[in-house]
Amino acid sequence: MSAHTTTPSPSARSATRVQNRTAQRSLMRRFLARPEVGAMIGAIAVYAFFWTVAPSFRAVDSLSTVLYQASTLGLMALPVGLLMIGGEFDLSAGVAVITSSLTASMFAYQLSMNVWMGVIAALLVSLAVGFFNGYVLVKTKLPSFLVTLGSFLMLQGLNLAITKIFTGNVATNDISDMQGFNSAKAVFASDITIVGISMKVTVLWWLLFVAIATWVLLRAKFGNWVFAVGGQNESARAVGVPVSVTKIVLFMLVGLGAWFVGMHQLFEYNTVQSGEGIGNELLYIVAAVIGGCLLTGGYGSAIGPAFGAFIFGMVTQGIVFAGWNPDWFKFFLGVMLLGAMLLNTWVRRQASRR
Amino acid sequence: MDRSPRVRKTRATALVAACTTGILLVTGCTSSTGGKNAETASNGMVAGRAKTPRMTIAMVTHGVAGDPYWDVVRKGAEAAAAKDNVKLVYSSDPTASNQANLVRNAINQKVDGIAVTLATPDSMRGVLAKAEAAGIPVSAFNQGLDYWKKLGAIGYFGSDEKFAGQMVGNRLNSMGAKHDLCLIHAQGTVALEDRCAGVKSTFKGKTDILYVNGQDMSSVQSTLTAKLRQDPSIDQVTALQATIGTTALSSVKDANSKAKVNTFDLNKDIVSEIKNGSIEFSLDFQPYLQGYLAVDSLWLNKVNGDIIGGGRPTLTGPAFVDKSNIAKVYKYAQNGTR
Repeated sequence: MSAHTTTPSPSARSATRVQNRTAQRSLMRRFLARPEVGAMIGAIAVYAFFWTVAPSFRAVDSLSTVLYQASTLGLMALPVGLLMIGGEFDLSAGVAVITSSLTASMFAYQLSMNVWMGVIAALLVSLAVGFFNGYVLVKTKLPSFLVTLGSFLMLQGLNLAITKIFTGNVATNDISDMQGFNSAKAVFASDITIVGISMKVTVLWWLLFVAIATWVLLRAKFGNWVFAVGGQNESARAVGVPVSVTKIVLFMLVGLGAWFVGMHQLFEYNTVQSGEGIGNELLYIVAAVIGGCLLTGGYGSAIGPAFGAFIFGMVTQGIVFAGWNPDWFKFFLGVMLLGAMLLNTWVRRQASRR
Repeated sequence: MDRSPRVRKTRATALVAACTTGILLVTGCTSSTGGKNAETASNGMVAGRAKTPRMTIAMVTHGVAGDPYWDVVRKGAEAAAAKDNVKLVYSSDPTASNQANLVRNAINQKVDGIAVTLATPDSMRGVLAKAEAAGIPVSAFNQGLDYWKKLGAIGYFGSDEKFAGQMVGNRLNSMGAKHDLCLIHAQGTVALEDRCAGVKSTFKGKTDILYVNGQDMSSVQSTLTAKLRQDPSIDQVTALQATIGTTALSSVKDANSKAKVNTFDLNKDIVSEIKNGSIEFSLDFQPYLQGYLAVDSLWLNKVNGDIIGGGRPTLTGPAFVDKSNIAKVYKYAQNGTR
C-alpha cells in the first residue's frame, strides 16, 4: 500500500506560524495524493474544454445526457474498480451485462411469469457468474486475466446459443406488455425530474452506490481487506485477512453491477440483442484506471472510477455536441483519455514530490 | 567508439537512398493509370444549392466506423445536404444503447430533423418519442421496415431483408443449385438472420448457415475454407456483405471447391468480380439513395410539408446486379456512389 496516514502530534497545535504553514501544505498535499483527485481535475478540465468549444454542450439537457452515458458506464466501472484495487481483472464484465438482461427477459417471457421473477433469476445468474470467476481464480491460482477471458468467451457463446434456442432469433422478445414491467421500469429505467431537470434514474443509483462503496472502502473492515489483498496477498493472508472470500465477493460484486446495468438496459430498451456488450469490459477498466485505480492493485478509490466514467461520458457525447467529423471520433477520444490520464499522473506526482 | 564506422555506413546508405528517391521523384516516375489523378478526373454529381434557410439535420446510424457500406450512405446524405443547404451532423454506433444516446444528443442540439436507422427498433422507441415531443421530424432508413410507422417516422427508405433473401433463394433455384451456405458475419444482427431465413424459405436445396467474424477477414477466410473442405457438396456461398464476398472467393479457391459465390451490396472489387464472372450476382440496396432520400425527405417535409411514400415504405432495393447490367453500374461503383 502506498497511502500513508499521518496523525498530527499534539505539539503541532502549539507550533509557530511557520510550522503551521507547512502543516497546511501537507494537508493540501494529502488532498492531492488522494487517488481520485487527478481524475477530478481532469474532469473539470474536460468539462471546461467542451463548455468552450460546443455551445449545445452547455445546456442542462445535454448535461443529463452526458450523466446518463456516464452512469451506465460508471455503474460497472465501480465494481470493476474495486476488483482492481483487490488486484484482479474481470474481462467478462461487458458480456455479463447482456447475459443478465437476456436471462431476465427470456426467463419471464418463456415461462410467462411476472417480470420481477425474471429480474430475480437474472440476479442469481449474475452472482453465480461472479462466484464462478472468483472460485476458479482462488482454486486454480491462474491469473484473473486468463480465467475471465475464458468466461468472457463462454458467456459470449452462451448468450447467442441460448437466445437462439429459446426465441429462434438473435434478439429477445418484447416484454413491455408483461406484468411487472412498468414497476421494474420505474426502478431501473425511469426518467425523474429534479428541480426541473429531467434525468435518468440510473444517475441517482450510480451516485448512491458510489457513496456506499466509498464508505465501505474507507470505514468498513471489508474495505481494508480489499486494499490488503490487492497490495500484499501473502502478508494479508498472514495477518488473517480471508483472501479467498474477499476475492470471490469482489467478483460477485461485479456480477451485481452487471445485473443492475443489465436490468437497466432491458427495461430501457425492452429487448436485448444477444451479440452486444463485447468490448465494454475494456471501457470499464479504462474508466477505473483514469479514476486512479492502479493496474497492479492495492491502490484506488470508489469515487475515482466515477470521475473516470464522467470523463468518458463527456468525451463521447461532447465530440458529437461539438459537431466534429465522426471519422476522427476515436482519435479525439484517445487524445482526450490519454490527456486526462497524463494530467492524473502529473497531479499524483506533484503531490508525492518532496 | 567502435560504433562510429557502422553509424557512418548507415548514414551513407540513408543518403544514397534519399538521393535515389529524390531523383526518381524528379524524373517523374508517375503512374499513368489509376491513383489519385485518375480518381479526381472522374468525380461529379454536384447539383446547385437551394435558397431555403440553413437547417441542421442529424443522421444517426448503427454502422461501424469505417465500414465502406456506410461510407456510401453518408456520401448520399452529404450530396442531399449540400444541395438542400443543410448542415449534416453524422454520427454512428453499432451498439443499440449508444445509438439511442446519439439520438438523445441530437435532440439536445435542437436539430431540425433526424434521419435514423432502426436496426434495433425497440431500443429507439423511447428516444423517438422524445424527438416527437420536441417537435423534431424523424425519417427512418436502411432498417426498420415493420416499425418506422409505429415509431412515428415520416417515411422509410430502405430494404425488405426477408424479401431480398427470398429473391436470392428463387434465383438459386433457377440456377439449379443444390446446397447453399449462408454466411452471417455479425452474430446477433436481426437483418442478417432475416436474409438467410429468406433464402432458406424459397430455396429448394439445402441451406446451411455459417457464422463468421466479420471484424477479422483472415478468420472469415479460414473458417469458410475449413467448411468448404469439410462439406464438398456446397455449391453456392451467399455472402451478406461485399467484403465478405471477396473473401469468400479466395476461400473457394483455397479449398478447391466448385462453389459459386453470390453476395449482397457492391464495392469496387465486387463489380470487377461480377464483370469477370467470378461472382454470379449481387443484390444491391442502393445505400447512396437511402442516405440521400433520408435527408432529402426531411428537407422537403420542412420546406414544403411533403411526405414521400404516401405512408408506405419507399424501397431502394433489392436489385440484382449481374453480367447483364454490370456495365452501367460499374462506373458508379468505381466512384464510390453505388
